Amino acid sequence: MNTTIMLFLMQDGITNGAIYALLGLALVLVFAVTRVILIPQGEFVTYGALTYASLASGQMPGTAGLALAMGIAAFGFDLFVQRRTLHVRRLVRSFVPNVVLPAIVLALTGFLVSRHPPILVSILLSLAIVALIGLYLYRIAFQPIAHTSVLVLLIAAVGTHLALQGLGLLFFGAEGQRGPAIADAALTLGPLRFTGQSLSVYAATVAFMVALWLFFGLTLYGKALRATAVNRLGARLVGIRTTLSGQIAFLLASLIGALSGILIVPITTLYYDTGFLIGLKGFIAAIIGGLVSYPLTAIAALLVGAVESFSSFYASNFKEVIVFTLLIPVLLLRSLAAPAVEEEKD
Amino acid sequence: MSPLLSVTDAHVAYGKVEAVRAVSLEVRDGEIVTIIGANGAGKTTLLNAVMGILPLKGRVSFAGADLGCLEIEDRVAVGLSLVAEHRELFASMNVEDNLQLGAFRVSKVQAASAFERVYALFPRLKERRRQLAGTLSGGEQQMLAMGRALMGAPKLLMLDEPSLGLAPIIVADIFRTIGELRASGVSVLLVEQNAQAALKVADRAYVMELGAFVLNGNAAEMAGNARVAASYLGFQSEAEHTI
Repeated sequence: MNTTIMLFLMQDGITNGAIYALLGLALVLVFAVTRVILIPQGEFVTYGALTYASLASGQMPGTAGLALAMGIAAFGFDLFVQRRTLHVRRLVRSFVPNVVLPAIVLALTGFLVSRHPPILVSILLSLAIVALIGLYLYRIAFQPIAHTSVLVLLIAAVGTHLALQGLGLLFFGAEGQRGPAIADAALTLGPLRFTGQSLSVYAATVAFMVALWLFFGLTLYGKALRATAVNRLGARLVGIRTTLSGQIAFLLASLIGALSGILIVPITTLYYDTGFLIGLKGFIAAIIGGLVSYPLTAIAALLVGAVESFSSFYASNFKEVIVFTLLIPVLLLRSLAAPAVEEEKD
Repeated sequence: MSPLLSVTDAHVAYGKVEAVRAVSLEVRDGEIVTIIGANGAGKTTLLNAVMGILPLKGRVSFAGADLGCLEIEDRVAVGLSLVAEHRELFASMNVEDNLQLGAFRVSKVQAASAFERVYALFPRLKERRRQLAGTLSGGEQQMLAMGRALMGAPKLLMLDEPSLGLAPIIVADIFRTIGELRASGVSVLLVEQNAQAALKVADRAYVMELGAFVLNGNAAEMAGNARVAASYLGFQSEAEHTI
């Protein structure tokens, strides 16, 4: 193998690794705050990518309607919980974000889709649609069972993954799609050629990580989210709603998922079920990080990306096998290093 | 005037085991009330149930409103605050962040003045404001837990065993601070095994045994009560000697 190929593979690995890092961070965040292992993360990737691709090709994405439907369901849940103490103010507070907001997004999508919106508008619309789906998903599927065990939450996560994947097939069909590149420019550095797309992947990843870091370090809501992750009861005792933290975590996770999808759909063809495999690789990074460490997860994600790209060169048939086999030594090491921990009760 | 907190005929059960039976209590505005009793008497269970952590059968009203259907977070918002037995700090965050989160439900302006008040009450916390909560000593952690609760400007502060596991000199410090709270208009409901210190600082006291109140009254009178003295203050009174 010569240096050029190696550099190419490295570059490819880092591009993918950056995406896995974003997804891994989202998984760690959601698990720390809500104890949910977010299997449907991959669907956020698919939805983001295919919503963006549909918008760019002038088709109405079914996800916009799904967001409204889930929002109405979420409003129904709120209504049911408050059935004994109906306050007008509280109803409005639930009605606006759950019904009015997705209705506006749906109307906007319908209005813009036939008029060939600029790329940035398509991106923002796709992000908004998927972020709303993530928010309502928490309200419908996880908030009612938030106090149950990790296993029950995991089963619910698998269930929502299957449901969303099925809906993805319904909305986008079985054919793969590609989206337009965000940036066409390219940069040549010695033997390496950086496409505008891979540069935008790096830029978006770094920008999002810095934004997350600022959010968690400086803002009150970011700190509240960390507080819930560190000590759920302590957070409740200072008046931080577990549901608020859960909503923010899911919102961030779906936003990250959608963004990852939008970033890769110009590079690779995405099918309705591709997101799951991508999400799983983020999950491997998160596992290597022990589902707690953000820096370890990010580094592990780059490693996963590199291993994937080299194995696709040497043994492309076994690419996935090799990547997922990474888990075995890591789990072995972790189980040997850490004593068995009983599941936290609260 | 109606009491600030009133608990009427409260029962709390873990499955079939009733840990608290038919308990009624009152805390009036500006009062320091203590519940004393041995380990396992049900004091912590009662406090947790009043806070909404455990389900309670009976009636709890606070500042004239029924708390029955409120979640923990909403009880915090109406002015009830609990410093739990295990303190429940955010260990991996620094002192200042812990305090700031204590003011999560109050306005920024209120939080700013609360910071000043808490730092005046616990100068140690100001010195250590950049230190992680998990690295503080036991006494400092207790101060931080109390400070964090006070940041939310509660009307009633419930303290669960603030002296547990602390050195005597720090215990004295904590109890002096509890006394100072009276001046700032915060009512206190104090659960303690250290009956001597608790009775000294409190206005009224309840004695809890096996999940029920067996005695209650003026704190000074309780300190003089033969049964209390024998069981909780560690000395026998004259009366019992003569029997």
